[in-house]
Amino acid sequence: MFLPPAKLSLFSVACAAFCLMSGTASADVTVISFGGSNQKAQVKAYYEPFMKTTGSKLVTGEYNGEQAKIKAMVEAKNVSWDVVEVESPELARGCEEGLYEKLDMGKIGAKKDFVPAAVSECGIGLFVWSTVLAYNGEALKTAPTSWADFWDLKKFPGKRGLRKGAKFTLEFALLADGVTPEDVYKVLGTKAGVERAFKKLDQIKPSIQWWEAGAQPPQLLAAGDVVMTTAYNGRIATAQKEGKKQLKIVWTNNIYDFDSWAIPVGAPNKTDAYKFIAFASKPENQKVFASEIPYGPTNLKGTALVDKAIAAELPTAPQNMKGALASNTPFWVEHGEDLEQRFNAWAAK
Amino acid sequence: MEKDNVMSSLTATILTEMHTENSASLKDQLRRAERMKKLRYGALILPLALFLLLTFVWPIAALLKRSVDNPEIVGAFPVTSSLLHNWNGKALPDEATFVAFADELGKTKGTPPLAAAAKRLNMEQPGFRSVMMHSARAMPPETGTSPKDALIAADSRWGEIATWQFLARNASPYTARYLLASVDRKYDEQGNIVAADEDEAIYVDVLVRTFEMSFVVTVCCLLLGFPLAYMMASQPPKIANVIMIFVLLPFWTSILVRVAAWIVLLQSQGLVNQALMAMGIIHEPLQLVFNRVGVYIAMVHILLPFMILPLYSVMKGISPTYVRAAQSLGCPPLRSFWKVYFPQALPGVGAGGLLVFILCMGYYITPALLGSPKEQMASYFVAFYTNQTINWGMAAALSAILFVATLVLYMVYSKLVGSPDVASKAR
Amino acid sequence: MIASYASPAERVWYYAFRIICALVLVFLMLPILVIAPLSFNSDSFLLYPMSGFSLRWYDEFLTSPAWRQAFMNSCIVSPFATLLAMVLGTPAAVGLTRIDFPGKALLTSILISPMVVPVVIVGVATYLVFAPIGLSGSYVGLILVHAALGVPFVVTTVSATLQGFDFNLVRAAASLGANPLTTFFRVTLPLVAPGVISGGLFAFGTSFDEVVVTLFLAGPEQTTLPRQMFAGIRENISPTIAAVATILTILSTLMLITLEWLRRRSERMRGVAH
Repeated sequence: MFLPPAKLSLFSVACAAFCLMSGTASADVTVISFGGSNQKAQVKAYYEPFMKTTGSKLVTGEYNGEQAKIKAMVEAKNVSWDVVEVESPELARGCEEGLYEKLDMGKIGAKKDFVPAAVSECGIGLFVWSTVLAYNGEALKTAPTSWADFWDLKKFPGKRGLRKGAKFTLEFALLADGVTPEDVYKVLGTKAGVERAFKKLDQIKPSIQWWEAGAQPPQLLAAGDVVMTTAYNGRIATAQKEGKKQLKIVWTNNIYDFDSWAIPVGAPNKTDAYKFIAFASKPENQKVFASEIPYGPTNLKGTALVDKAIAAELPTAPQNMKGALASNTPFWVEHGEDLEQRFNAWAAK
Repeated sequence: MEKDNVMSSLTATILTEMHTENSASLKDQLRRAERMKKLRYGALILPLALFLLLTFVWPIAALLKRSVDNPEIVGAFPVTSSLLHNWNGKALPDEATFVAFADELGKTKGTPPLAAAAKRLNMEQPGFRSVMMHSARAMPPETGTSPKDALIAADSRWGEIATWQFLARNASPYTARYLLASVDRKYDEQGNIVAADEDEAIYVDVLVRTFEMSFVVTVCCLLLGFPLAYMMASQPPKIANVIMIFVLLPFWTSILVRVAAWIVLLQSQGLVNQALMAMGIIHEPLQLVFNRVGVYIAMVHILLPFMILPLYSVMKGISPTYVRAAQSLGCPPLRSFWKVYFPQALPGVGAGGLLVFILCMGYYITPALLGSPKEQMASYFVAFYTNQTINWGMAAALSAILFVATLVLYMVYSKLVGSPDVASKAR
Repeated sequence: MIASYASPAERVWYYAFRIICALVLVFLMLPILVIAPLSFNSDSFLLYPMSGFSLRWYDEFLTSPAWRQAFMNSCIVSPFATLLAMVLGTPAAVGLTRIDFPGKALLTSILISPMVVPVVIVGVATYLVFAPIGLSGSYVGLILVHAALGVPFVVTTVSATLQGFDFNLVRAAASLGANPLTTFFRVTLPLVAPGVISGGLFAFGTSFDEVVVTLFLAGPEQTTLPRQMFAGIRENISPTIAAVATILTILSTLMLITLEWLRRRSERMRGVAH
């Protein structure tokens, strides 16, 4: 009735071990990016056309920006990722710590074609994104217009969504407390400034609903769990496109930054990684991406190609740039760990 | 020989013995046979023991060791570190130390070891990363300037004793700082152990919270589980088996399925709120999820079978005649339950309670998905330090504390019940 | 039934007690009963009343590459982890029940400990040790750790089966001339098989539901079903999740039925009457 299970399973385990070990070596390009609608847009604009034109296969995955996996892989000299989407402070820190390859711009494109700030030692800007104030137009009678309104629980009762992390949360707190955009990082660089930001956050702490993944804020707004939230502009725009017209964006004092492509040191398929990055940096492909999700192209020629209607929704549109704050990468490289830890301790109390 | 079993080899040897009438005693032969048996059965255990050693014991031991490891400074500046060991700390270090440090800074410029060391120092003194980075950029010193002057010119802090004390404190391959930090203590400037800053001191709170939440969940499980286990034990086997299926089905259902289901039930437009509003009990939806209430409900639901199963297996063995005897002797029902029945059920309460408590302490997924930051227990912070800030020393130190707490309770449990035999009870 | 001479207080207690138990049972079953129907809802809201019947969420589960990949991965990892746990755990349980030696209690505790050590610790520990030797982000690494987590279940169930096992049967077989291998396969194995299989089912259940170790250890290629569900629940509880949940619940019901059948069979074969 029974096959001798001991024998059978020993055999199959041994076989499996072999098959799986040998199966890991392949010439696919592994691209890891932030998930959700951002990734969906990348599939349309980059992944599918890349596979079609080059015939090589992409393995794609998503993460939330944690550098731990990359660090472990690089230290182990056993890297399985070829191209990663990273935020600026992580890129700068990783570049210093030897996690990312110094890029050879010659293999990607002409430096002069790009927004100057998008080109760095280890990364090439993928798009400009912005963290904005978003609200549910059905839940609020009057529209909020500033971060001070975000903090005004009397005039705008209801829960607020904020990203669970120090980055940008502290900046918004200071902006709400009356600090001008130009002074935010100067104030935040002092101990008193940090205190001030946390004290401001204390005011609305009981009303905060924290989010972690970029897909959450539109969900929270649409479900009525929060009336206002910080959000990535692209996610709100996609939600609007999917019929959630009640979601609105306030551009006042938004904070913008680049996401960049980087290649981890020791990536198994560096040649194709460069090919992919070069492909994704072409103006015509960036244009497709921007029309899928309104994040600003980093290739200047790409910006010129974008439709007028969409251009107005990009963080790079002049009216949206007015009063906007550029994320200060050196500041977050220096203070990131400390402030994130402090923030985490504060949030858990 | 290998294939023969103990009995036949024994018979064979006994027969030989009898034939040759050798002087070697039967006892020796028996002992040898016994030893052979031990070796053979021992060989059956060995593969698993080795396997767990490699995939489980060793990784955990390595993790615990990380909680005291401090390789960054010694790794980047070995010569400076050994010089600083012999430094008295009273005046600025001697010229040789400055020379060595300037040399090693220059050598590591732009390499990962320097970044690691800078990150490590930045952990204790925010802003020190850039001190290290721009000092390294100024190295090697231009010809003519002494390394000491060059360092101080790069950053005036190299002219302060406190900076060097700070460096010296971290220039040994082991440190207690992570373990101290995980109980809200730290070294001050003089190297004394003092309470951590108030805005950083949360781990004692987190540990207390971990215990508190585990305790509440355990008590709730006991309150809900006891009546049901009692009911099952007092029913005929057929009915008890049906109830058992109701207990086991959730037990076998994926935890993520149950978490998802509770979110659907408890969210502000969820079924529970809908039902309560339809019945007119409430007018505004209650906040039932992403707070303590939601975490408790889901965790009690997940852990309840772990309470019911040991309780039931103990209660099944309690004969009803004792309670009947007590009652027939005039003892009131409640009192006879408390004085006669409950003491007999106590081993089950102990086993179930400890098991639920131990499992609860290590929970991560349920609070992460159903709770706010205020509901996160020790496990969350282990994950936070591992993934978010890549501070593996801190992750290891918090793991160590959680591990020791679990181990102590597990030992109590083993003394009380033997092995945590959930599986066979669940059958 | 309640006796006809019971006092009113006893009657009240009799019914109150039954109501309490019924409520606990409702509490236990409620989530499972609630989520399954919603997976057949025709619109995308997880709310009652349902707007209509539809299989579109099952269709999405079956056609979405991410979910399919996750399902495939679970189907690779869990069976192999289970087999490994069974192959290693069964002989060890036999060894542990047959001999005594100093430190046996300690060794047993260590063999059982993967069941109680917080999974986050196991996840971080194996991740930091496996990464340098290339086992993180690989199926092999994931299978090894899942097997380690499943081992205690195999050891405990097989040990429990062996407790009631009459070793005279083995001696009888041997004395009748069967060699040890024949004895093992013809006598020992059929008797302990139910224990081995149910231990294996527990190990399978553990691995198939494991998410924490997977979060740390798996790369994007090894995303398992629970890992995919974790991401889904955190971002957006869609009806697809309800569909997956329903499929998983059916699967666990099947496992439960198998276990029950095995238990009865085992009792019959060993002649134990409870």
